[in-house]
Amino acid sequence: MDFRFSEKEDLLRKSVREFAENEIPTKIEAMEETGEFPTELLEPMGKLGITGVITPPEYGGVGLGYVARTIVLEELGRVCAAMPMAMQVHHMACANINDYGTDAQRGKYLPPLAKGETMGCVAVTDPTGGSDVVGMKTTAELKGDKYVLNGRKCFITNSHTSDFWVVIAKTEEGAKGLSAFIVDKDTPGARVGRKENKFGLRGANTGELVFDDCEVPRENLLGQEGGGLAVAIKTISETGRTGMAAVGLGILTAVYEEACKFASERTLYGKPISSLQAIQFYLAEIFSQLEICRLLCYRASWLRDQNMRCDNEAALAKYYTCEAAANAAKKAIEIHGAYGIMREYRIQRLLRDAMVTIPSGGTAEIAKVVLARAALAPFKTKS
Amino acid sequence: MKRIIVCVKPVPDPKHWDQVSMDPITQILRREGIPTIMNPLDRHALEEALKIKETQGTEVVLLSMAPPFATSILREGLARGADWAVLLSDPAFAGSDTLATAHILAAGFQWIGEPELVFCGNSSIDGSTAHIPSQLAEFLDLPNVMHVVGLDWLDENHMIITQKIERGHTKLKASPPILLSVRKELNKPRYIPFTGIMAAESKEIKVLSHANLGLDHTLIGLEGSPTKMAGLEIRRFERERERLEGSLEEIVQSLVDKIQLYGII
Ligand SMILES: Cc1cc2nc3c(=O)[nH]c(=O)nc-3n(C[C@H](O)[C@H](O)[C@H](O)COP(=O)(O)OP(=O)(O)OC[C@H]3O[C@@H](n4cnc5c(N)ncnc54)[C@H](O)[C@@H]3O)c2cc1C
Repeated sequence: MDFRFSEKEDLLRKSVREFAENEIPTKIEAMEETGEFPTELLEPMGKLGITGVITPPEYGGVGLGYVARTIVLEELGRVCAAMPMAMQVHHMACANINDYGTDAQRGKYLPPLAKGETMGCVAVTDPTGGSDVVGMKTTAELKGDKYVLNGRKCFITNSHTSDFWVVIAKTEEGAKGLSAFIVDKDTPGARVGRKENKFGLRGANTGELVFDDCEVPRENLLGQEGGGLAVAIKTISETGRTGMAAVGLGILTAVYEEACKFASERTLYGKPISSLQAIQFYLAEIFSQLEICRLLCYRASWLRDQNMRCDNEAALAKYYTCEAAANAAKKAIEIHGAYGIMREYRIQRLLRDAMVTIPSGGTAEIAKVVLARAALAPFKTKS
Repeated sequence: MKRIIVCVKPVPDPKHWDQVSMDPITQILRREGIPTIMNPLDRHALEEALKIKETQGTEVVLLSMAPPFATSILREGLARGADWAVLLSDPAFAGSDTLATAHILAAGFQWIGEPELVFCGNSSIDGSTAHIPSQLAEFLDLPNVMHVVGLDWLDENHMIITQKIERGHTKLKASPPILLSVRKELNKPRYIPFTGIMAAESKEIKVLSHANLGLDHTLIGLEGSPTKMAGLEIRRFERERERLEGSLEEIVQSLVDKIQLYGII
């Protein structure tokens, strides 16, 4: 077992840190104010390799895998979590098409996605679905050589900034009746709906997609008809949850840094408050959470890189890290006293951002459903 | 153009300078735990070389005299786009001042083979002497232009150099071979592309020791260093404070006088 990062991974972290620290901070105020994703950063992120980090080189990506992706998302998230939020969903679209696409679909969609020329999203959730994926009402009906989509998707990351959408819809009733489609945003009958006004991760665009007799060519079916649940589950459990975990990890890193910095600088009774044991205990708790979450996040990504099962580990990393980030941010705000709730201080944004990661990519309760299944598996008795 | 050599130096990361302390007895800087980065101006030097490489296909070689840990910054330079690197590293080089360092670097140049162009950062953020480029140019018998803030190529053999001087700029026409020391206004260094990181894994970092260079021992290390440090002290900067005394009128008057004296209004 070797817990060290390689020289290559250290250099990757350095690369992204330099990019993030130089390019993102000037965008944050506008992101917070308008709720818009800074699409002008797509091109430089594409040049660097961020947009195509998991896409294989034969499709224009850099193919560095999931540990590398976690490093990338963590470093972006350390500066502003909305950025890796948008990127992680973009990567989900890449993974979906790479895993389930035909050669033609891969050739058409992956290279521009990898280079940051286009942006992608994955639309599973619908107002009647959510945790109950199969409960969705969006339908797709085969008519001739076209599928006709009707319905509405909600809470979709990158909804308004994507050039095409991977959409899960019902071709039949039941778990085996879901199918995945690639829908170009300009397809007649497809449009974007409302833009959500979130209290955190504001720079990551979230909104609705609406389908009104939207005719999608048959060759845009992604995977098999009836195989949509597998497409959704594989992408959410492997790419989505490792990605959300990394977003949480980035926030947690920032929380740790802000808490330590403030505690070292704020002087009371003639000494920095970091010399008070009560504050030290808070810092120790935050530090412990960060170290624990690092191990969880990188283990899940490493398993994925070995092509081993990682669904339980990714669910654990996601659930634990996002909760830890929110709890740590709350503690860090307390360390800041009244300063912590002032807009000028970054720490309040970290709490808002951390809270939004909790339902994204599956709620904590759903992660616990997965984990309880894993916990009980060895004790299962035949009934 | 066939070859450009870029000199690079590892320096302590200025973000952590508040952690640097000095041993009060030995007067040696304690820099344990402080990360090393490539001297910021050297990144601008490398960027200019890479721009020429892109248009002319020129080979870009990195050269550094430093302890073995400097391979990490050389690997970074290779990831940014340099072709190969040479690290001059030997305990015998320890304690070298700028003159001895320039001797050692010049020997490194001999080993690599004459370049048409040499880029250096104008100065390093730790020592800040700005000696090395000129000393090196002298030993290599190359012309040297310092404070370079612009470089425009007329053709492959002629360039217009914009040099920052005290009150303004001068424009100089020059041809290779030449050694240029650059300022940060010259360009915006590229980020480290992920493909570059992968490519750098198989690029060579040649480590050369004293034995490889065969320099006279009187030219290197402490022995070859005429610079003698007289002393080192930590300066503390504090705001100047003055308490105005007297009656209310007197205090206000002397405050007004001071405001006028310092030209605040
Ligand atoms: C910022 C953001 C971005 C998002 N991006 C996307 C996206 O790109 N694509 C996409 O498809 N979706 C996206 N979502 C939607 C997200 O996947 C859903 O919010 C999530 O699946 C939960 O669904 P819901 O919000 O409808 O909550 P519900 O499913 O209605 O859950 C309500 C509550 O019930 C609990 N609950 C539900 N089922 C169970 C159960 N079986 N056992 C115990 N408790 C349960 C939940 O944990 C929760 O506490 C995003 C959400 C957010 C907040």
